[in-house]
Amino acid sequence: MARPLSGLARREARWAYVFLLPWLLGLVIFQAGPMVASLVLSLTDYDLISSPRFVGLGNYAEMLEDPTVATAIGNTAFYTVLHVPLALVVSLALALMLNRVTGRAAGFFRTAFYLPSMTPYVAVGVLFLFLLNGQAGLVNQFLGLFGVDGPQWTTDPAWVKPGVVLMSLWNLGSTTIILFAALRNVPRDLYEAAMIDGAGPWQRFRSVTLPMISSALFFVVIINTIAALQMFDQVYTMFFGNQTAQNSYGDAALFYVVYLFQQGFQFLHMGYASALAWLLFAIIAVITVVQVKVGNRLVYYEAEPPGGTR
Amino acid sequence: MTTTAGRTRAGRAGIAERARETARDDRPGTAGTRGAFFLVMLSAAAAVFLYPFVWLVVASLKPRDRTFSDPFVPWPNPFAPENYANVWDAAPMLAWLFNTVFVGVAAALAVTVSSAFVAFGFAYFRFPGRGVLFGSVLATMMLPGAVTLVPTYLIWNTVGLTGTQVPLWAGNLFGSAFYIFLLRQFFLGIPRYVFEAARVDGASYLDLFRRIALPLGRPALIIAFIFELKASWFDLMKPLIYLQDPALFTLPRGLKAVVDQFYQGGDPKWEIVLAASVITTLPLVVIFFAGQRYFVQGIATTGQKG
Repeated sequence: MARPLSGLARREARWAYVFLLPWLLGLVIFQAGPMVASLVLSLTDYDLISSPRFVGLGNYAEMLEDPTVATAIGNTAFYTVLHVPLALVVSLALALMLNRVTGRAAGFFRTAFYLPSMTPYVAVGVLFLFLLNGQAGLVNQFLGLFGVDGPQWTTDPAWVKPGVVLMSLWNLGSTTIILFAALRNVPRDLYEAAMIDGAGPWQRFRSVTLPMISSALFFVVIINTIAALQMFDQVYTMFFGNQTAQNSYGDAALFYVVYLFQQGFQFLHMGYASALAWLLFAIIAVITVVQVKVGNRLVYYEAEPPGGTR
Repeated sequence: MTTTAGRTRAGRAGIAERARETARDDRPGTAGTRGAFFLVMLSAAAAVFLYPFVWLVVASLKPRDRTFSDPFVPWPNPFAPENYANVWDAAPMLAWLFNTVFVGVAAALAVTVSSAFVAFGFAYFRFPGRGVLFGSVLATMMLPGAVTLVPTYLIWNTVGLTGTQVPLWAGNLFGSAFYIFLLRQFFLGIPRYVFEAARVDGASYLDLFRRIALPLGRPALIIAFIFELKASWFDLMKPLIYLQDPALFTLPRGLKAVVDQFYQGGDPKWEIVLAASVITTLPLVVIFFAGQRYFVQGIATTGQKG
């Protein structure tokens, strides 16, 4: 950078910044600026009407004592811990089956599995309000065929979150497509070599398939975790709003971002909501870093052949 | 770092090519009984994934007192298409559809053009600070949207645009990290001599972007456009925060209002809620079938969104 640039290089650099200008402006106005602003706001009480009042770490201290924060974290953790592994296992099963049929059939089924992911989350929430209806919903009527008396998914506090997890497993399209694409990139000769060595199907899966798709699995776990921690649309549609002001399930569906939204935009506690946002940011950052650290030990990265000859 | 990433990509492409070269039909288990077994299993799974759609459409065509009856019969009996006539009276669905299309196209167009512009800057030019700046693009991909919710609202509030649809799309004019990343990758794939030849012929940098990068980048531009259209069509949070006037609602926000009004209470109107859900979803399903190729390609190559 210290090296002086030639005339042409300087001209090029100037043009480069012209092209980057939208991004740089956006970075300042909508990313870095708000990040800093949100940190400052989190140290204040601000209700949009009177001017912000500095309270130091008061909001953070309040969060520690706010039982609803603990509830929201607990609900979100419960959902994430169930959703991420289940989504991974189900999508992997679907992708493995897709990988065992001919191209045309795989294309058809891939479309079938992806289609639910084209349903806007609000519509997903609405649909599952009906499907999970305790008295007459499709899910419980289906369970009834096997003599199972299904739970009150949408009104029993103990069953609200399992119901949300069930709903989340309907939207596995992207995860399945990513894993299917990874499976198709596993070189065929690795399986042949494994078979020659006498490896059975399970061993081939353990020793060839899993390592070869481990980076895709890792990636899917990370993005699904980040998304799960920010779950909002479906639960807000199902359990919040005018109609459910009086409910029977208490705070069972109060996910973290729902609480953040309520604090910020319904109670206009902008300072407190900013503190909540920063806590979420810290939680996501820590979890992601831990996942990356663990993942780097587990993920198999293919060694690059010298000179890139293949 | 860039070179390592580049080589890994080349390596992956090599694997993909070889995998494709191998005849896919001679895999063990593809033909015969094991192939049939997987087809049966896949069909069962597909039925589980698709039947909720069928139920939704069928239930939306039934009279209210039959909504939950015969859930396994995949046609409406009795048939009540008037539900769809009634939904237009109950809620301004057409205006909401129009709003959604307007906001979605504005958001998608804004993000595609601006991200392509920035991506070209990163792909074509060598300049001081490029690594750091591109690092900032990657870093913001990791930034959870919830963190900037409040300050972003305060910005729009300061300029007096809350209560309008502008905050739903105008932020996209500054590009978006994910699409910048996607489009940069694509532009890097265009051979440099194509640009150099045009430069020799006297083309300006803007010409390079407009006449070469944009036309050659079409597939990636389409991916960015339809992903963002879908994201905008899904969005509930921003309309909840910024819109108060029901006349300005998008379909998801409108559907939420319909649920709030008709799902519970003394006189629930389930058929209205269900028909409104179908109307909210159907256009996206059509878009999906029209652009399926790009969706699958986009998700498989970039792994995110969608």
